[in-house]
Amino acid sequence: MSELDEFRSEVQAWLTENRPPEPDFLMPETFMEVGTDAQFQLLRDWQQRIYEAGYLGMAWPKEYGGGGQPQIMQDIVNAEMARLKVPFVPNTIGLNWAGPLILDIGTEEEKHKYIRGILSAEDIWCQGFSEPDNGSDLAAATTRAVRDGDEYVLNGSKIWTSLGSYAKYMILLARTNPDAENRYAGLSYFLAPMDVPGVEVQPIKKLTGEYGFTQTFFIDARVPASCLMGNEGEGWQIAMKTLTFERGASGGQAGGLSGNAMGVGDVVELARRVSRDGRPAIEDPLIRDQLVRFLLEEQGDRLCGARARIPALTSERPAAIPMSGKLRATEHRRRLFQFAVSLQGANGARWVGDDHVIDRGLWQRSYFNAFSATIGGGTSQVQANIVGERVLGLPKD
Amino acid sequence: MSEALKNTITFSDEQSMLLDTATEFFRNKSPAAVVRDHILTEPGYADAQWQEMVGLGWSGLAIPESCGGSDLGLAAAVTIAEPMGRHLSATPWLSTQLFVQGLLAGADEALSGQYLPAVAEGAIATVALSESDGNWDLTGAALEVIESSAGLTLSGSKSFVLDAAAADYLLVSGSHSGAPCLVLVRADELGDGAISRETVIDETRRSYGIEFSDVAIPEGRLIRGDSATRALTAIRNAALLLISAESAGGIAGVLDVIVEYLNTRTAFGRKIGSYQGLKHPTVDILIGLERSRSHVYHAASLLDAGEDPEIALRMAKAESSDSFAFAGDRAIQFHGGFGFTYECDAQLYLRRALWAQYAFGDAAHHRQHLARLLL
Repeated sequence: MSELDEFRSEVQAWLTENRPPEPDFLMPETFMEVGTDAQFQLLRDWQQRIYEAGYLGMAWPKEYGGGGQPQIMQDIVNAEMARLKVPFVPNTIGLNWAGPLILDIGTEEEKHKYIRGILSAEDIWCQGFSEPDNGSDLAAATTRAVRDGDEYVLNGSKIWTSLGSYAKYMILLARTNPDAENRYAGLSYFLAPMDVPGVEVQPIKKLTGEYGFTQTFFIDARVPASCLMGNEGEGWQIAMKTLTFERGASGGQAGGLSGNAMGVGDVVELARRVSRDGRPAIEDPLIRDQLVRFLLEEQGDRLCGARARIPALTSERPAAIPMSGKLRATEHRRRLFQFAVSLQGANGARWVGDDHVIDRGLWQRSYFNAFSATIGGGTSQVQANIVGERVLGLPKD
Repeated sequence: MSEALKNTITFSDEQSMLLDTATEFFRNKSPAAVVRDHILTEPGYADAQWQEMVGLGWSGLAIPESCGGSDLGLAAAVTIAEPMGRHLSATPWLSTQLFVQGLLAGADEALSGQYLPAVAEGAIATVALSESDGNWDLTGAALEVIESSAGLTLSGSKSFVLDAAAADYLLVSGSHSGAPCLVLVRADELGDGAISRETVIDETRRSYGIEFSDVAIPEGRLIRGDSATRALTAIRNAALLLISAESAGGIAGVLDVIVEYLNTRTAFGRKIGSYQGLKHPTVDILIGLERSRSHVYHAASLLDAGEDPEIALRMAKAESSDSFAFAGDRAIQFHGGFGFTYECDAQLYLRRALWAQYAFGDAAHHRQHLARLLL
């Protein structure tokens, strides 16, 4: 047995032994849906234990709190977590976006200050890019940061902040110079504390009836000037760099699962358990046909990912696969979960909290939550416009 | 489950060069006007173009070097089929490739050695598999093959035989002592008037019915038992791959026609492509194209690597057939009144899409098999 195989067995054993027992409430599927204190507490404790066991940030430098080990070991841990379907770790924005960013371009002081708390889940991070009036157009941010001595004074509002109620820090994009030569040059990037006077967090109740996002208001909130990352005016470049971590285009993430998302395989498994018209749904030819359609799409999109890496097979429209990715994936999931509800026959009418609801209402809730992805980050309709205009060259609206 | 499915796509520099050459070739040789000219002729293709394709080595692409071919395998043939479909070119190339795959998988060296070199040099060949019931199960042929001391006698009839009138050789499926078999038949062994043209939805294709009334064939031409099963599987695999590749090309072709019109035609003072009612379904067509191409090149990669291609091929056929039919259907609608005329090229693609849908199993047929394989 090679060293890595041994390590894999050790990880398997640890995860199996230490995974939290199934709680008596429905867990969120991703870090964007953490809506109750009980959910948050369970996930934070879980992350802390994983970190203490040495299975998080394994490839991050030791001096800041990481493990100083090869990336392959963290990859093994991540794969085993996904395979064993253990709960995810909640501090995703810290672990996968802010953390790698700080390690990449942060100062020595910033690395010492923030990295360990990100890994241990002691310091939860959130992101303040989107604003109420500028959904997907980040460069239009109007939240103001005005220098006043050793401080910046913040005014404005950020929205769709995941983990906003629990976060200690926010990666914040704010306007320091409204008169800059262009709108990008007026933006700056802050590692802003959330626990100062003037920062107010208002939970947003979602269509599921749960909480998960917040709106954050800044009313003359004063943060130390040392919170500025880089220099004034570099906000846009740093935000774009953050997005390359967010989209996984750059490596360097701490690791761990950021969600327990379900795929077609899980819906096939559901179809074996539920019955329609008195027999297992999986035996219904129409349901079988529909399941195969979903498998075809899922596999087609995986294969598009593989083909996108072969320039000779994407030369005519190189942007077609990457630019349509969000549209394809999010619409697929919305329809998949909609179908998973319909599989349940009459029981599809039940909701989370009902005594007889299937899987605690997971599928109904997933269907509703799927809209966050078909709407957030540019609605499917906007995405279709973008693909039509930029990839196919069709005229603008 | 899909997590267990492979997702490899391999594509060599050689294949890349072939794709470039073929793309250029069919763009130049097969504009819509030429396609329409060929529709009006009896053979349905120009011999000069066929000879050029033979000269480029495309006829013998998958034939071993020992038989005069270039031994590039079926995956390389995809790079010819895709641009061929994009420009609606119809030559006996496809039917000849199916014949080659049948012989390679099922014939002994004597039979292959006798016929494959001629094909590499430009002989035209085809497969005769379907019968009037239109069954997509290739192992159920009713045509009777009786063996005697004098050789073989064939009795029955075949349908949907592509390019039969042009073919020098045919690989004919039948039943031999109750089991599936294949017989290699030379065109000059068929009786006068045995071949009659069928009228099919895709006017660029030439499809025929063939009557076999006690046709006598010399011995040594029978493929039976496991060899016959292997040959039929190989033909089906090749057909699914190449027709899916042609369909992926067809989607790209009809998408070009749509995008061109949406950028030209105005209505109520705006280019019609600016209306989301047309723009968004056009994006759906693009997504169908991207997924189809990915399925096709993945299936080709598995075939090339000698791995079980069944799931990948059925997925490629199901995806490309439905996506192409959708694209052809929308192309008619988006051209408005012009789309209703014979003059509009959209109908050429819709007809091709429907022909492809019903050849070797439609999307629903393959999804049914995929359900058996995956659920």
